[in-house]
Amino acid sequence: MAPGLIWLTALMIVPCLLIFVLAFYERGIYGGVDWSILTSENIRRAADWLYVSVFIDSARIAGIATLIALLIGYPAAFAIARAPERLQTPLLFMAILPFWTNYLIRTYAWIVLLNPAGLINGALIHLGIISEPLPILYNEFAVILGLVYNYTPFVVLAIYSSLQRLDPSYAEASRDLGASAFTTFVRIILPLTASGVAAGAVFVFVLSIGNFVTPDLLGGGKLQMIGNLIYDQFLTARDWPFGATLSGLLIALMMLALTAQALAAGRARGEHA
Amino acid sequence: MPRFLTVHLGATYAFLYMPILVLMVLSFNKAGLPTAWGGFSLEWYGKLATNPKILASAWNSVIVACVSTAIATTIGTLLALGVERSKPSAARDALLFAPMIIPDIVLAIALLSFFTLVKFTLGLQSIILAHVVFNIAFVCAVVRARLKSFDWSLTEASRDLGAGAFTTFWRITLPLILPAVIAAALLAFTLSVDEFIIAYFTAGAGQSSTTLPMQIYAMIRFGVTPEINAMATIVMLVSFVLVLTAQRLNRGRIPGA
Repeated sequence: MAPGLIWLTALMIVPCLLIFVLAFYERGIYGGVDWSILTSENIRRAADWLYVSVFIDSARIAGIATLIALLIGYPAAFAIARAPERLQTPLLFMAILPFWTNYLIRTYAWIVLLNPAGLINGALIHLGIISEPLPILYNEFAVILGLVYNYTPFVVLAIYSSLQRLDPSYAEASRDLGASAFTTFVRIILPLTASGVAAGAVFVFVLSIGNFVTPDLLGGGKLQMIGNLIYDQFLTARDWPFGATLSGLLIALMMLALTAQALAAGRARGEHA
Repeated sequence: MPRFLTVHLGATYAFLYMPILVLMVLSFNKAGLPTAWGGFSLEWYGKLATNPKILASAWNSVIVACVSTAIATTIGTLLALGVERSKPSAARDALLFAPMIIPDIVLAIALLSFFTLVKFTLGLQSIILAHVVFNIAFVCAVVRARLKSFDWSLTEASRDLGAGAFTTFWRITLPLILPAVIAAALLAFTLSVDEFIIAYFTAGAGQSSTTLPMQIYAMIRFGVTPEINAMATIVMLVSFVLVLTAQRLNRGRIPGA
């Protein structure tokens, strides 16, 4: 057990703590870090509206992507959970399989589909529905679509596993007592699978808000999210301490989302135990 | 099942697979343009096979994935055995869950800062160290899932009959969990070979440690080309085969579930 825990501590915990230390130093003249001056300037700078607005935009985009992923993923997971027993595993496997392929390639596929000379615009023009290509690539729409596409499998997985743990006799009792299918779903099934919804939602939100590849490739450089901002500070502006400050804020935000989910899950367990 | 649920599920699969299938079909398109079909051709695959940059980066990726998988599978399996046999600990579980949820870019810059601070030379070796971090977590999760249904009385019987701890592990425990361990290794390999951002930050300067995803990223930034479609098809098929094999070995358990 020891080598594994040491590896994770040395190459994950220590480097992440280092980020919080770096945040309090100045950048060196030639990039890197000037270890001689302690400063709180980076934190003051991060509070600038310029950067705060990037955080708000990222949270908004991640929030929309999460909502859409839930709206697609919940009914899909529900359908899989209602399918014949022997089909459930293959169906779930089919939903997860795309996740195990290269993220860059899955994102690139949407450039092929969405670009002005791409398949979707080409087909719509060919059918005479539009005369000019729709601007569906290199904007917020494309970024949200890319995030939903890449992370919906997580939602299906999380919600399916909570549906599977659900005792079917609750829903049966509700129907026997005269509740409609809709009422049974809203009053019984949905609350009892809330922990799966929360787990899926937090996953999508956290992975979306810190994403770099999707806004970079599908946003076409016009759209900045926190991930791109951190990337630029490290590789373009070469201001590591400020990049570290932004990363520290992102970690804090992530912890907040995870804690909220853990509290919600704990409360749900307490209520239904 | 209500009809709309079936339709929705079908539409969800179409949404998930359509982009992938489009790439695969276009990779055989002689015309090279996504909007016109110019006949079936293996031309773009031929171009890939003679591109030295792609071959070199693919080789680098195989090295990184093989070494990081070997290390992570060994350490991760031992970790899983240790964790399952000891008292539950929320802090330890959080540590094991963290690599799956930390944004790649954060781990990437954290490791770059750390390697720079301790003056560790960047290259394939630093990518390997970094990939082991998230692969340990994945291997550990897959093996732990298998150990949940493990009959520990078998190892007790072995010990009672006088076998040492090592003999018991080698002759009893490992053969029993081997399918899960191999499945975990295949998944770790898949994750490592596809990983982009952490490799990009910890590779250091110069072409010599470029991995395949870094090469793909550079090509995508340059524009849509038929060669990318061909490469994408190969990379996706390799992942599909690895993950499918892992799922078979792991008694149908869904990877990631």
